Amino acid sequence: MDKPIIMIDGNEAAALVAHRLSEVIAIYPITPSSAMGEFADEWSAKGKPNLWGTVPLVVEMQSEGGAAGAVHGALQTGALTTTFTASQGLLLMIPNMYKIAGELTSAVFHVAARSIAAQGLSIFGDHQDVMAVRQTGWALLASASVQEAHDFAAIAQMSTLQARVPFLHFFDGFRTSHEIAKIFYLTDDELRLLLDGELIRAHRARALTPERPVLRGTAQNPDVYFQARESVNPFYAATPDIVQETMDKFAQVTGRQYHLFDYAGHPEAERVIVTMGSGGETVEATVNHLVEKGEKVGVLRVRLYRPFSVERFIKALPASVKKIAVLDRTKEPGAPGEPLYLDIVNALVEGGRSEIAIIGGRYGLSSKEFTPAMAKAVFNELLKSEPKNHFTVGIYDDVSHTSLEYDKNFSIEDEQTIRCVFFGLGSDGTVGANKNSIKIIGEETENYAQGYFVYDSKKSGQMTTSHLRFGPKPIQAPYLIEINQANFVACHQFNFLERFDMLKYAKEGAIFLLNSLYNPDEIWDRLPRETQRDIIAKKLQFYAINGYEVAEQAGMGQRVNTIMQTAFFAISGVLPREMAIAQIKRAIEKTYGKRGEAVVKQNFEAVDRTLAHLHKIEVLAETTAEEGRRAPVSHEAPEFVRTVLGKMIQFEGDEIPVSALPNDGTYPLATSQWEKRNISMEIPVWDEALCIQCGKCVIVCPHAVIRHKVYSEVVLTDAPATFKHMPSKFKEFPTAAGYAYTVQVAPEDCTGCTLCVEACPVKDKTQAGRRAINMESQPPLRETETKNWDFFLTIPDLDRKLINPSTIKNSQLLRPLFEFSGACAGCGETPYIKLVSQLFGDRTIVANATGCSSIYGGNLPTTPWAVDANGRGPAWSNSLFEDNAEFGLGMRLTLDKQNEYALELLRAMENELGKEFVEALLTANQDGERGVEAQRERVSELKNKLSTQDDARAKELISVADALVKKSVWIIGGDGWAYDIGYGGLDHALASGRNLNILVLDTEVYSNTGGQASKATPRAAVAKFAMGGKHMPKKDLGLLAMSYGYVYVARVAMGANDQQTLRTFIEAEAYDGPSLIIAYSPCIAHGYDMARSLEQSKLAVQSGHWPLFSYDPRLALRGENPLSIESKEPSLPFSQYAYNETRYKMLTQMNEERAEELMREAQADADKRWTLYQQMAAIRYGNDNN
Amino acid sequence: MTDLSTVYLGLNLRNPLVASASPLSRKVDRAKQLEEAGIAAMVMYSLFEEQIIHESLELDHYLNRGSDSFAEALSYLPDGGLYGISPEKYLRHVTSLKKALTIPVIGSLNGVSQGGWTDYARRIEEAGADALELNMYYIPTDIHTTSSDIENMKVDLVAEVKSSIKIPLAVKISPFASSLPNFAKRLVEAGADGLVLFNRFYQPDFDLEELEIVHSLDLSASSEMRLPLRWIAILYGKLNVDFALTSGVHTYADVLKAMMAGAKVAMMASGLFQFGEEIIGSILSYLEAWMKARDYESIKQMQGSMSQSSVREPEAFERANYMKVLNSFHTLP
Repeated sequence: MDKPIIMIDGNEAAALVAHRLSEVIAIYPITPSSAMGEFADEWSAKGKPNLWGTVPLVVEMQSEGGAAGAVHGALQTGALTTTFTASQGLLLMIPNMYKIAGELTSAVFHVAARSIAAQGLSIFGDHQDVMAVRQTGWALLASASVQEAHDFAAIAQMSTLQARVPFLHFFDGFRTSHEIAKIFYLTDDELRLLLDGELIRAHRARALTPERPVLRGTAQNPDVYFQARESVNPFYAATPDIVQETMDKFAQVTGRQYHLFDYAGHPEAERVIVTMGSGGETVEATVNHLVEKGEKVGVLRVRLYRPFSVERFIKALPASVKKIAVLDRTKEPGAPGEPLYLDIVNALVEGGRSEIAIIGGRYGLSSKEFTPAMAKAVFNELLKSEPKNHFTVGIYDDVSHTSLEYDKNFSIEDEQTIRCVFFGLGSDGTVGANKNSIKIIGEETENYAQGYFVYDSKKSGQMTTSHLRFGPKPIQAPYLIEINQANFVACHQFNFLERFDMLKYAKEGAIFLLNSLYNPDEIWDRLPRETQRDIIAKKLQFYAINGYEVAEQAGMGQRVNTIMQTAFFAISGVLPREMAIAQIKRAIEKTYGKRGEAVVKQNFEAVDRTLAHLHKIEVLAETTAEEGRRAPVSHEAPEFVRTVLGKMIQFEGDEIPVSALPNDGTYPLATSQWEKRNISMEIPVWDEALCIQCGKCVIVCPHAVIRHKVYSEVVLTDAPATFKHMPSKFKEFPTAAGYAYTVQVAPEDCTGCTLCVEACPVKDKTQAGRRAINMESQPPLRETETKNWDFFLTIPDLDRKLINPSTIKNSQLLRPLFEFSGACAGCGETPYIKLVSQLFGDRTIVANATGCSSIYGGNLPTTPWAVDANGRGPAWSNSLFEDNAEFGLGMRLTLDKQNEYALELLRAMENELGKEFVEALLTANQDGERGVEAQRERVSELKNKLSTQDDARAKELISVADALVKKSVWIIGGDGWAYDIGYGGLDHALASGRNLNILVLDTEVYSNTGGQASKATPRAAVAKFAMGGKHMPKKDLGLLAMSYGYVYVARVAMGANDQQTLRTFIEAEAYDGPSLIIAYSPCIAHGYDMARSLEQSKLAVQSGHWPLFSYDPRLALRGENPLSIESKEPSLPFSQYAYNETRYKMLTQMNEERAEELMREAQADADKRWTLYQQMAAIRYGNDNN
Repeated sequence: MTDLSTVYLGLNLRNPLVASASPLSRKVDRAKQLEEAGIAAMVMYSLFEEQIIHESLELDHYLNRGSDSFAEALSYLPDGGLYGISPEKYLRHVTSLKKALTIPVIGSLNGVSQGGWTDYARRIEEAGADALELNMYYIPTDIHTTSSDIENMKVDLVAEVKSSIKIPLAVKISPFASSLPNFAKRLVEAGADGLVLFNRFYQPDFDLEELEIVHSLDLSASSEMRLPLRWIAILYGKLNVDFALTSGVHTYADVLKAMMAGAKVAMMASGLFQFGEEIIGSILSYLEAWMKARDYESIKQMQGSMSQSSVREPEAFERANYMKVLNSFHTLP
C-alpha cells in the first residue's frame, strides 16, 4: 500500500503527532510555535481523539511559566503531557524543566526554535533558546526538515517513555515550522507499532496518587543533595542507546532511518562540517554537489544533542577527517566558543581524535539566510592553512572581521527543479493562493514540492513574498530562492515595481507575470526603466493580466489571488490547463466550501474569467521609460535613515555591515515620516466650507495623518496656492487676532481607514451623506497635497503653554509624537497612544509590553515615536512581554531616586546657587504645562550656573538635574500582558503606590500573535484557544484595581465618548499615584469593518458591555464617592452589539445552541456588572453632595 | 358543531389560522407551542437568497482579512470548520419541524434571481416540506427597468420553481403592480397554486437628528389588512387559486373578514409576537362563538361570501376612499 503523503508545514507536522500522543496539553501562544497549540486546540475542540481514542484536554495558560507549571503537575499525576513554545517562552519554562528532569519524568516539549530578545527582539529562527536550556537535564533532539519534525515528534515520545529523561524536540522557527513540504504521514497504525503500552502504564504507575502516596519534591541539605544529583547518571548514560534503538525501530516500521549523528559525504572526507537543524540540509546538499566535483568533504549532522554521546560521535566521523568546522546557529557573547563547537572540541579530545584541526563559526541568527554558497565558503576556509576561527558567515562584519566571504553566484540548484517567486500584497491573498498551489502540485502530481513565505514588518499594506519549488527530485533547500535562479517571477501589485527590484530573482529566459491596471499595449511604457532593462537583458517571457478588473467583475474587490493563481498555472505549464483549473477549483471548494456556496461560486467565476484577460506582452528591443525606481526615502532624510533604514525599507537589509548598526540597540526617533508608503488609493479631503473645527477627525486618526493647526495668518503668504485654510473659530485664538485654521492630510502616509470621515459630526445640508471630510482618489491629489503637507509642517505649533487641552479641539492642537505607524488600517489602539504622546509626550518615558504596540512602535526599519520642535519626545523601550509593569516601575524608581538626589544636592549647594533660586526649584508647582516649562527654564539656568563651578557636587547635580522636571511614566501594553502574563507584575506596580500611568489597550484577544483568547476575551466570543466560544466571563480588571482604593482607574472607549477619554487621561497623569486606564480597542481580530469601529464602540457602551467610569481616589479623600459611572444605563441587548462582529456571530453559524446559551450568560454578565457598579457608585462616603 | 376546517394548497387544515413566515418557526419548541395552541399550519421563516450570499461572503471576508500578511499572525480568527451558512441548516430545520409537528409545514424561499433557486426548492421538498411559499421581494431602482421586465422575471421564476417540485407552490406577492389581476393571472398560469397577499415591506425611515436612514421593524396593525382584503375580494372567483391573507390579522374579526373576502387561510405573525400563542385559542374561540351565534356551519361556507362577485355593490371595491366620502349616494336604477 502506498504511504499517505501530505503537504503541511513543520508546526502542523509536529502537532499531528503530539496531539495523538498526549492526554493533556498546556499551551500559551508565542511565535513561531503558536500554530502547534492552535492546531491542538482546534482538533480537540472538534473532538479529534488521540491514539487511544480519547480527546486530549487542551488548556491555555496565562504564560509559558504557567504552562510549564501545569505540564509539571499533569506529569506528576501521570498524564502523557506536552506543550509547544519558543524563545522567551522556553526561558520561562526553565525552572520547571529542571524539576521535571530532576524527577526523571517522561515528557516532551516541541519547540520552534527562535532568537532571544537581546539588543532587539526577533521572532525569527535560530538556536539561542534551545541552547539556553541545554543545562536543564533535558534531552535535546533536533529535526532539520518538515518530515523530521513529524518523525522526531514520535521518536521523542517513544524515547522519553523508556529513558525517563524528558525530551525537548526542536526544529528551526519559520524555516521549518512554516515551510510547507511534501511528507509521509505517520499513520495511527504505525504509531501503535512504535509505542510500547507497558511504558505508558509505567509512566502512570509513577504518578502521585493517594492510593499509593509518596513525597516528591523534598528540600535537601548539604549532606545529600550532591549525591542525589549524581544518582540520575545511569539514565543519561543509557539515553543515547535508547534513542538509537528507537530510531532503528522507527526505521523498521517506516523505512526512514535516522542516527544520533548522521554522516553524509565522501567516505574519505578530509574536511567536515558539523551542524544541527535545517542548516544541515543545506550543507548536505552542498556536500553532495562538491563530492560530485571530486572534493573530499562531508557533513556530520547532530540529531541528539543532549545527552551528547562522544562515543557515537567519534564512530560517525570518518577516519580520514583532518579538519572540522562546527556551525552554531547561536551566539554566546564572551564564551570561548559557541556551545556545539565547544562540545565537538571536547568530543575530539575525549574521543582520541585531537589531531583534527577544528574551527567554529556562527550562521543564520534570526533566520538569516544560510545558502550553499555560505556552506562552500566554510569548506573553502578549511582549505586554508590557518583558517579563521570563531567566524561568522552570511553577514559582513567590518567591526570584528569575523565574517567569511562567499561567492553570491555559487548555486547548486537542480535544473529539473522549477523555482517561482511571487510578490503580493498581504490583503490580496497571494500567500493563501500559493499555499493552495504548492499543495496541488505536491499532492496531485508526482513532483516534490516546497513552499516558504516571507512577510514584512508592517501590519498594513505589507508585501509578501512566496518562494515555491517543485520538481521530480527531492528538495533539500531550506533557503530562499536565490538571485538569478527563478524560472517564474510574478508581481501581483504593479506599484511594487516602482519600489523593489524583483527581477533580480529571474534567470535568463524566465517567465515574468505582472498584474497590471493598464492595457496590454501600454504596459511596456509604464514599466520603470530598470524593469524594462532586466526584461530585455534576461530575455524574459513577459505576461500581464488585469487581475483587478477580473476581481472586480467577480465581486472580489482587491483579492486577485485565485486569478493570479490561475494565470500561473496557465502559463507555467506545471499541469495541463484543464487539469490545473479543475484542481484549482477543487482547492477552492476545499478551502472555502465550508464558508458557503457563494464564496465558492465567486472564486470559480474569477478562475473562469482569468484566461481571457491574460496576455503575452511584446518585449521591445530598447528601454523606453524615462522614470526609474523611486528611492526608498527622500534625499532630505538624515544620513542614517538614507543609508541604513532605507536599505531595510528596500528589503536590502542583508547588505548592511555590522559597523552601520547601533551596537546597543539604540535607534533615533521620528523615522517613520521618511517611509512614504502610499498604501491607500483614497485619502480624506477637507471641505473648509463645512468644517466646524471640532478636532474629532484628528483625535480618531490611528496614524496621525490628519491634523489641524491654528496659526498666525501671516504664514499664509508662503503657502502653496492649493493650501486650504479658513478663519479660526477657536475662542482663545480668534480670527480678530489674526489666527487662521487648517485641517491637513498627509497624503502618502494615510492608510485609508476612513475613521476621520466617520467621526465628522457635520452633515452637508444639501447632501446629507457629505461631511467636512470626504474620501477622494489619492493619485490625482498626491503631488499637490504632498506640497501642502510639507508646508503645513513648517507652520510653527502653538506654544503648549497657551493651550488648555481639556477640550477635544484644543487637545488636538498639540503635536502628535506618535505618527505613521505600521499598525493596521483603522487600528483601535494607536489613537490612545497618540493622545498620550500629544498630552505628555515631551516629558514621557514609555515602558511598552511586547505585543502589537511594541511591534508597530518599535519594529525596524522605522519608528512612529517622534520628537517635537525642541527635540523632546517620548523615550521608549520594550523589555519583555511579562515584565512590563515592573519595567515601568523601575523607570519610576530611578526618576524618583534621581529627583531625590538632585533635591539633596540642591539643598547642599544652596549657598553657591542662591537660596531663593534653590527654593524655587524645590517647591516648583509642575501641575500644568506652564509649571513644567518654568521648571525646565530653571533647570537650564541651574545647569548654566553649575557648569562654571569646579565642584564634584556640581558635576553630580548636572547629571541628575533633568530629574527635577516632572516626568511621566507610561506603562503601555495589551490585554494579553495586563490580564494574563503580566498581571502579577501589574498588580504589584499598582500596589506600589508609585506615580505610574498604566494604559491597557484592551482588544480582548492576543492580537499580535493572531487572536488567541485572553482573560479579557468576553464570554461568547470565539477566539483561538476558545474555538467553541469562551465559556467564562471577561475578567474585570478595573474592579480588581479599584479594590486597592488608592489607584486611579478609568474605563474608556474613545469611539463612544472622546471627551471622557481625554479627561481621564489628564486626570490619570495628574494623579500622584498609580493610575490604570483600560481602553476599549477595536481590532481586526473582532471581525467587522474597522470603519464602523466608532459606532461599534458606542454600541459596546450602550449594551453595557463596556460601561465607562472613572475612580478617582482623590474624591474619597474629600469624603466623596470616588466611583463615577460615566455612561448611561444599558439600553440595548448585548447581542445587538455582539452580533455585528464575526467573533460572536461565527459561533451562531457553528453551534447555534451553544451561541444562544453563551449569549444569555453574557447578557447576565453585563447586567450584573452594571448593577454592581451602580451600587458601588451609590455608596456614601460621608461628604457626598446628595 | 361549527366546522372551522379549511383546505389550503390541497392541505386539510383544522382551522384557517396559519403562522406566516417569521422567526416564530426558528425554534422547534416555539413551533410546537404554537401547534398546541391551535395554529393550523406553519410557514417557515424564509431562506433568503441575499442572506445566504451575504453571510457567506462576509464570513469569508473576515476570516481572510489580515491573514497570511504578517509573520506573527497568519490569521486572526480560528477557522472553525463547518459553518451553518449553506441551506443545509435550513433544510435540517425543515426536517426537525416536520418531525416535531403534526400540522403542515410550508417552506419559504425568498429571492429573485434565477439559477440555484430551483435547486433550493427541490431540496426543501426533499427535506419534507408539505408546500413551498416563494417570496419574490424586489425593489427596482433602475429607471430603465420596466414593469414587464420585472413581471416576466417573476413569472419565469415561478414556472421554473414549479417545474422542479411536486408539492404545492404558493407565491407571496407585493401590492405594487400596475395591474395586479393580470399579474396574478400570469403567476397562476405559471403554476402558482396559491397567492399570498401581501408581502409587508420594511420601509426605511429617516433619523432627523443624525440625518441617517434607519431601519426598524414595526409590527402590523389590523388596519393594514384592508389592502389584501380588497384585492382578495376582487380576485376571488376569477382565478383558480387559493388565497392566503397576510398583514394585519390580529383578531377573530380579521379572520372572518379574510375568509369572507375569499381567503382560504389568514396568516399572522405580529399578533403572535405581541401577545404570544395564547391569542390563538382566544381568536379561535371567539371565531367559533361568532359563527355559532349567527348559525354559520363552517368556515368554507363563508369563504368568498363578500368577494367582489358576491356583494351587492361590487363597485365598492373599485372606488377610491375619497369618492366614497364625497359621493356617498346611490344612483337609483
